[in-house]
Amino acid sequence: MYFVKKLYLPETLPEALKILKEHPETTILAGGTDVLVKMRHKRMRDVTLLSLAKLPLSGVEDKGDEIVIGPGTTFTALAENPIMQTRLPMLCTAARSMGGPQIQNVATIGGNVCNGATSADSAPSLFALDAVLTLTSAGGDRRVPIREFYTGPGRVKLESGEMLTAIHIPAGEQARWGGVYIKFSTRKAMDIAILGSAAVCELGEDGRVIKAAIAMGVAAPTPVRCTDAEALLTGKTPTAELLQEAGRLALTACSPRSSWRATKEYREALIQELSVRAFQEAYRLAGGKAL
Amino acid sequence: MIEIKCTVNGKPTQVRIEEGETLLDMIRERLGLTGTKRGCEVGECGACTVLLDGVPTDSCLMLAALADGKDILTIEGISSGRELSVMQQAFVDEGAIQCGYCTPGMILTAHALLKKNKNPTAEDIKRELAGNMCRCAAYNQIINAVQKAAREENKD
Repeated sequence: MYFVKKLYLPETLPEALKILKEHPETTILAGGTDVLVKMRHKRMRDVTLLSLAKLPLSGVEDKGDEIVIGPGTTFTALAENPIMQTRLPMLCTAARSMGGPQIQNVATIGGNVCNGATSADSAPSLFALDAVLTLTSAGGDRRVPIREFYTGPGRVKLESGEMLTAIHIPAGEQARWGGVYIKFSTRKAMDIAILGSAAVCELGEDGRVIKAAIAMGVAAPTPVRCTDAEALLTGKTPTAELLQEAGRLALTACSPRSSWRATKEYREALIQELSVRAFQEAYRLAGGKAL
Repeated sequence: MIEIKCTVNGKPTQVRIEEGETLLDMIRERLGLTGTKRGCEVGECGACTVLLDGVPTDSCLMLAALADGKDILTIEGISSGRELSVMQQAFVDEGAIQCGYCTPGMILTAHALLKKNKNPTAEDIKRELAGNMCRCAAYNQIINAVQKAAREENKD
């Protein structure tokens, strides 16, 4: 039993936004696998909850130049979605790496994002893919790139009265494109990442890298993009030496800390190694040769 | 207090619940179905697993209010009368039960697995049961039991 002051179960978006406006202290309950755990640990009490369960916020839509993911889509639904499996398999990998099956069956990608955790399994991929979020309030919509959305540990740019209503992922030409997520954790299931690394690679007709994106989770207080490493790789034909140099440069964007899961030094070694492994695999998937 | 309507083990059920009550509280305390176990209560052990519309769900992390209109299957609903289900019998035959605390959740998750995958490999079973902890570590016997149940079900 949790001490819930009030539970709202709106059935339409306007109804939900009205409640959020009138009761700005409301906590949004998506899958509940983080909010209810916080309540169980008494880090939240006397809470007014607004459940998204009855809102039409789940599903994946292929709009050609972008894929739109409903924030209420569960990790299981995401991993089993044919559009995701064909166009963005790296997010299916991320979805399957999060928690265990029971958690994946109810936890949502929107909840994962709005928690603001640097360890969120969806975050490195969404950062590498340059995802854009639609935030909606009673006053209307605004769009925020995910790279600006995370502001600190557990903190995101969600204003009072606002909720996440769509996740947009630019997805153009699929030829010569590859994307990868690697989760490094002690156990394969029911574990939080020691480090998460995602990479996206797009190649030009001449085999040079025209887009390199490398993103890390748990490497800093928020997920980060390793822009120095990306700049080094862009425009070049990767070699083993170039990748090693990119791995070293990946560190410039990171400021890992020591925790009981791993030391700062261990995470630094992982950042170098996993940025290389992730990009190498993305490059191979894009049609580059194995290095 | 609010009232919800759901189907529990095939039976249409109306229950009056508190808004902050979990599905686990409702199943154990209001419906008296204590086969569903209270374990970690933070979604890590899977002892409280029930099938919600056929999908394995940690009942400790689900508000009972959100089960309104849903179909709930608990361990009590898995057998018919005094006869064990194929999965239950396979757990007994393979010695997959030690202390038994994880068993109801384990059996429900395995039951759901066989509904979507008739011939799971050991790897499939490990993946699907990853959210159910057995602290006696009878994992090998559990995998054997699920495969035995699959063979039995495929016979008919």
